[in-house]
Amino acid sequence: MPEKILEIDEVTLRFGGVTALDGVSFHITVGEILGLIGPNGAGKTTCFNVMTGVYQPTSGSVRFEGEPLGRRKRHEITRLGIARTFQNIRLFPEMTAVENVMVGADARHHTSVVGALVRSRRHRQEEQEGREKAMELLRFMGIDSRAGDAARNLPYGYQRRLEIARALATGPKLLCLDEPAAGFNPNEKAELLELIRKIRDQGYTVLLIEHDMRLVMGVTDRIVVLEFGRKIAEGSPSEIRENPAVIAAYLGVPEDAA
Amino acid sequence: MSTGERLQAIDLRRVRAVSGMRRWWSRLPRGTRFAVLAVVAVLLYLLPVLNPPIITTPDSDFATVLFTVTTYCLAALGLNVVVGMAGLLDLGYVGFYAVGAYSVAMFASPSSSIATKYPWLVCVPIAIALSMIAGAILGGPTLRLRGDYLAIVTLGFGEIVRLSAVNSPGLGAAAGITSIPHPPGALNGQPIFSVLDAKPYYWLGLTLVFVVVALVRNIENSRVGRSWLAIREDEDAAELMGVPTFKFKLWAFAIGAAVGGLSGAMFAGKQGFVSPDSFPVLTSVLFLAAVVVGGAGNRLGVIVGAIAVAYLPERFRGFQNSRYMIFGLALILMSIFRPQGLIPNRRREVELADRKLDEVGVEVNA
Ligand SMILES: Nc1ncnc2c1ncn2[C@@H]1O[C@H](COP(=O)(O)OP(=O)(O)OP(=O)(O)O)[C@@H](O)[C@H]1O
Ligand SMILES: [Mg+2]
Repeated sequence: MPEKILEIDEVTLRFGGVTALDGVSFHITVGEILGLIGPNGAGKTTCFNVMTGVYQPTSGSVRFEGEPLGRRKRHEITRLGIARTFQNIRLFPEMTAVENVMVGADARHHTSVVGALVRSRRHRQEEQEGREKAMELLRFMGIDSRAGDAARNLPYGYQRRLEIARALATGPKLLCLDEPAAGFNPNEKAELLELIRKIRDQGYTVLLIEHDMRLVMGVTDRIVVLEFGRKIAEGSPSEIRENPAVIAAYLGVPEDAA
Repeated sequence: MSTGERLQAIDLRRVRAVSGMRRWWSRLPRGTRFAVLAVVAVLLYLLPVLNPPIITTPDSDFATVLFTVTTYCLAALGLNVVVGMAGLLDLGYVGFYAVGAYSVAMFASPSSSIATKYPWLVCVPIAIALSMIAGAILGGPTLRLRGDYLAIVTLGFGEIVRLSAVNSPGLGAAAGITSIPHPPGALNGQPIFSVLDAKPYYWLGLTLVFVVVALVRNIENSRVGRSWLAIREDEDAAELMGVPTFKFKLWAFAIGAAVGGLSGAMFAGKQGFVSPDSFPVLTSVLFLAAVVVGGAGNRLGVIVGAIAVAYLPERFRGFQNSRYMIFGLALILMSIFRPQGLIPNRRREVELADRKLDEVGVEVNA
């Protein structure tokens, strides 16, 4: 029986009158790429927000490696090993690309304030390590040529990749990507998928939100489908393709304009 | 390319992106830069001895003015950590300055209510520690607030400290505390620090400014400084990338408070007495003005700001009553024509420009 890295158990989340998630349960298996799909407003991003501690579920629980997240703070959850990107890019715009990634890498560093004040040995060592790790990730994402540019000056596609690099720098076990290919043309999408596969092959588990059905089908091992905050289907890509509820809810509507 | 070469390439590109003076400066060979800095430092130490004609203050003792400037520089450097680097608006910074000054007064003066009569030098670390604790006490409950709310609460803090002093007989009430000893040291049987000569105070103050600049620089180029930047730019994203935002904001407050307390300790040691009148809201405003006028986030900038705020009014004492009006006018003109400050922080400059674009509705992030 493969190990479950994350379990979402009967999670309900209400915003006032809106039920964004309604008794949703699913799990992610170690080493897989799980697709999370559903029409606009289905609750996909909200799911990420619950998993990363942005919102507390109204009821239900999230377990990471068997441990309930409970009321853990967001930065603690990151250090447990869940990293994410954002649907609307949330880089640190005036920091350079490499500095953005270094902030992620700092999640694994321990230099104290006093250590930084006196430039302790550990400080210097961690600075260098962080910088090298950041450069390596930028290279891996294919954007190292712009490492010294402020994030805001990077082309859109680079910004999306930079977000992934920054998330990877936090040293996650589970990487959550919220529409990482939004706004990409088919070529760019294919390239990114290749990268996501590579990331998985390096031992990361990936949760992927994506609108483009073909894309999701091509890269994921399993898919969970949400609609109006409920899980309506779960299974392999081919099962999902044939599932009448999914066809009605999702494939029936014209594909996303993007 | 090896990683080292790559990093060098980045640094070069970064240098190229930086404009004017900065570019010229960073292109000078290391040795030249060091020599220039050394000469500047020596000149700074010699200022009160040379008494340069235009720079000197005809209407007040030049060394005393210079000393005051160093206390303002310290305060501005500390406040800059809070406001410029972490982006937290603190309107009650004089509170920490007061805690530092009163700590020295209480522990050093024979006429204070506890009269422990510790030497000044022993009291300075106590003052720094107590200021840091005050910073943590203020920050603990309030740093969960954002923006305007934080500003209001800190404004209140500054006044609370002052009014506590006014209303506590143990703290000398409205009369304050007198007979605070001067810093130690003697030369040929004469004390170095006395009421007769302000030069040694200035030299001590200047030295502390150099030390604080170096320490602040170290922390800026570290995981801590990066966290502050990230918090300033997008606090939620920072938290989700593993930055313990609350902890580092609290550190920014504590470090800022410590430097403010040090400045206050210097003030008390020179003045010989403290009273609540020395710590009005206006002083908070002046400290903040120093940071903003100079260029929040930039160490050199805030020092220039502190000089502008503390020195110019003394230099133009001859204009008496109109000098604060002129100062106010200058502030207004600054905010119109150079909102980023005299020597802006490279990033903040762009952030401000961004805000302008946003105002006119231009999409900055395509
Ligand atoms: N902070 C919030 N307050 C109130 N309602 C919210 C909040 N966040 C999300 N919602 C609501 O929850 C529902 C699910 O939103 P969510 O962003 O999770 O959808 P999504 O599946 O990510 O959609 P999309 O494909 O458009 O990104 C929507 O009806 C949304 O309006
Ligand atoms: Mg979404």
